[in-house]
Amino acid sequence: MTASANRGLGEPAAPSGRRRFGFSRGAARRRFSLLTRRDKLVLGLMVGIPTFIHVFFIWLPTIASGVLSFTSWNGIGLDKIRFIGLKNYTDLFTGVYPPFWPAIQHNLIWLAVFTFVATPIGIFFAVLLDKEIRGTRIYQSALYLPVVLSLAIVGFIWQLIYSPDQGLINSLLGTAKTPDATDWLGDRSINLWMILIAAGWRHVGYIMVLYLAGLKSVDPNLKEAAAIDGATETQTFFRVVFPVLRPINLVVIVITVIESLRAFDLVFITNRGLNGLELLSVLVTNNIIGEASRIGFGSAIAMILLVVSVGPIIYYLTRSLRAEQA
Amino acid sequence: MTVTTAEPPAALATAVALRHRRTPPQRVVLQGFLILTSLVWMAPILWAVYTSLRPYAETARLGYVSIGGIYNLDNFVNSWNGAELPKYFLNTLIIVVPAVILTLFLASMVAFAVSRYSWRLNLLLLMVFTAGNLLPQQVVITPLYRIYLLVLGIPEPLSDNGRLYDQYLGIMIIHIAFQLGFCTFVLSNYMKTIPRELNEAAVVDGAGVFRTYREIILPLCRPPLAALATLQFTWIYNDFFWALILMRTGDKLPITSALNNLKGQFFVDNNLIAAGSILVALPTLIVFFVLQKQFIRGLTLGSTKG
Repeated sequence: MTASANRGLGEPAAPSGRRRFGFSRGAARRRFSLLTRRDKLVLGLMVGIPTFIHVFFIWLPTIASGVLSFTSWNGIGLDKIRFIGLKNYTDLFTGVYPPFWPAIQHNLIWLAVFTFVATPIGIFFAVLLDKEIRGTRIYQSALYLPVVLSLAIVGFIWQLIYSPDQGLINSLLGTAKTPDATDWLGDRSINLWMILIAAGWRHVGYIMVLYLAGLKSVDPNLKEAAAIDGATETQTFFRVVFPVLRPINLVVIVITVIESLRAFDLVFITNRGLNGLELLSVLVTNNIIGEASRIGFGSAIAMILLVVSVGPIIYYLTRSLRAEQA
Repeated sequence: MTVTTAEPPAALATAVALRHRRTPPQRVVLQGFLILTSLVWMAPILWAVYTSLRPYAETARLGYVSIGGIYNLDNFVNSWNGAELPKYFLNTLIIVVPAVILTLFLASMVAFAVSRYSWRLNLLLLMVFTAGNLLPQQVVITPLYRIYLLVLGIPEPLSDNGRLYDQYLGIMIIHIAFQLGFCTFVLSNYMKTIPRELNEAAVVDGAGVFRTYREIILPLCRPPLAALATLQFTWIYNDFFWALILMRTGDKLPITSALNNLKGQFFVDNNLIAAGSILVALPTLIVFFVLQKQFIRGLTLGSTKG
C-alpha cells in the first residue's frame, strides 16, 4: 500500500525534500557536508565511468556525423576528407537523390500510424486488461507475445502471410501461384501499409504492457473514491487515472516517437528498404555500407533523421524536467 | 522484500461489492472481445507453428491452407543443422549476458547519483543519457565504424585482432553505451519515488555513499531491475543492426543478425522459414514466460519495507 500511495502523493512533496542534500541553501549545505570527501569521489566515479562510455560511443560519433555531413569522403584515408559546405544538403533537398523525399514521407506515415493508431490501441487494451477479469493474464500474454520477437523474426513470420505463392492471404483468396496473386510486400503501392500492420502488431503489445504496469501502480483508493463520487469508468480514466500516470504517459510517447523514427530492421529484412519501403535509416545505411560508400552524403541524411527525431524528444524532455523543477 | 498483493480488509470488501454491482452482460461482451482479439493477435504465430510442422512436399501437394498429410519436426531438425543455428546462438550468448549485467550495474549507479543527490549537473546528465538513448542508430554508425577500426591494442582475450571491429566486445560495448540511456531514465524515475528519508537514515547509521546505494537503494529497485533485465535481454538478443555493420566474420554473427544471411541460403521455403523463426524466437519466449510473473509484479506494485 505504502509504495503505491507514495507514488501518487509523493510528487507534490518531492520539491521540499529534494533540496536536503543540495549544494545551495544554508541548512542544506550543512546536510551535504555529511558527505565525506571519499563519498564525493565515489559518487564522481559512479557517474563518471558510465558517462564516459555513453558520451564516447554515442555523442562523440553523433557530433562527428554532424561534421562529416559537410564533407565528401569515401571512407578510405582520413586525408581524403574534403569539406564541401552545404552541398550534401542542397543535393538532398533539390531532388538529386530520388529516394530522399519518399523516405521522408514514409517515415512520417510510420510515425502517424504509430501515434494515432497503434499507441492508442495499446492503451485501450491496457485499460481493458486492468479490470482484472478472469483470464487477464492469458490475454496479456497473447497481446504481448509479438513484442518479445525480434523485428527480423516478425519480418519472417509476416512473410508467411504475405508471400505471393506460399502466403496465407493469397492461399485464402485462391490467388496463390496464379498470375492474379498480389505481391503484398513487393507492390510498392501497398507494401508500406503491409509492413506497418506487422510493425503495429508488435508496437501495440509493447505499449499495452508499459501502460498496464502504470495502471497497476495507481492507488486503487483513487479509483474507488472517484466511483463513490459517481464518476463513470471513462471519466475516472480521463480525469483521475490519466493525470496521475503522467510519467508513464511520457515514456509511452517518447517510445512511440523513437520506435517509429528508428524503424529499420523490418524493411531491411524484407527487401533492404527498396521499392516503396525507403526510410531515412535505410538510406543512411545504404550510403555507408553500400558499394559506393558516400560517407558525407550518408551523414547528411543521418543529420536530417537526427533533427526530425530530436525535435519532439527535446520537447518532452524539457517538459518532464521542468515539471520536476517546479 | 514484501510485495503487497493483499489489500486491507476494508478495501477488499468494497472491491467485492463493486464487482457484484457490475452488470454481467458487460463482462461477457468484454470476455468475448478479449478472447477474439487474443486469437487474432496470436494468429500469425500460430500460423507459423502450423506451417513449420508440415514437410514442404505436403504443403506443395495440398496447399498451405489445408489439413491432413504428414506432420513432423523435420523442418526444425533441418534448419537447426543446416543453418548451424547452435553456433549463432552461442555468439548471442557471449554478447547478451555481460551486456545486460553491465548495463544495469552502470545505469543504476548513475540513476542513484542523479536521483538521490542534488548536483548542479543533474538535469544535464539526465538529458544527455536520455537523449542519447533516443538517437537513431544510424546517426552514430559511420563515425563509430571508423572508431572501431582505429582503436588498436585491445588485449587478446577481449579481442583477437586488437580492434573493436569484428569483435564480440565491440558489439557488447555499443549495446551498453546505448542502453545506458534508457535504463538510467527508467531507474532514476523509479528511485525518485523512494522516500529521501532512507538516505538520511543511512547517513545517520554511518553508511558511505556506495553502501547506501548497494544495501538500501538497490534492493528496493529489484522490481525495475528485473523488468529492465527482461527487456534488455530481449532487446539485445533481438538486435539486428549493430552486428550487421560492426561484424564482418559471418561465423561470429549473433543469431538475429545471422538471419539475413540465412534467409536465401538455408531458409528456402516457407516451411523452413517458419521452423527457423520459431527456433530463433524460442529463447526470448522462454525468458518471457519464465520471468513474466516477476516482470508484471515488478512493474506494478513495487516493494514496501517494514
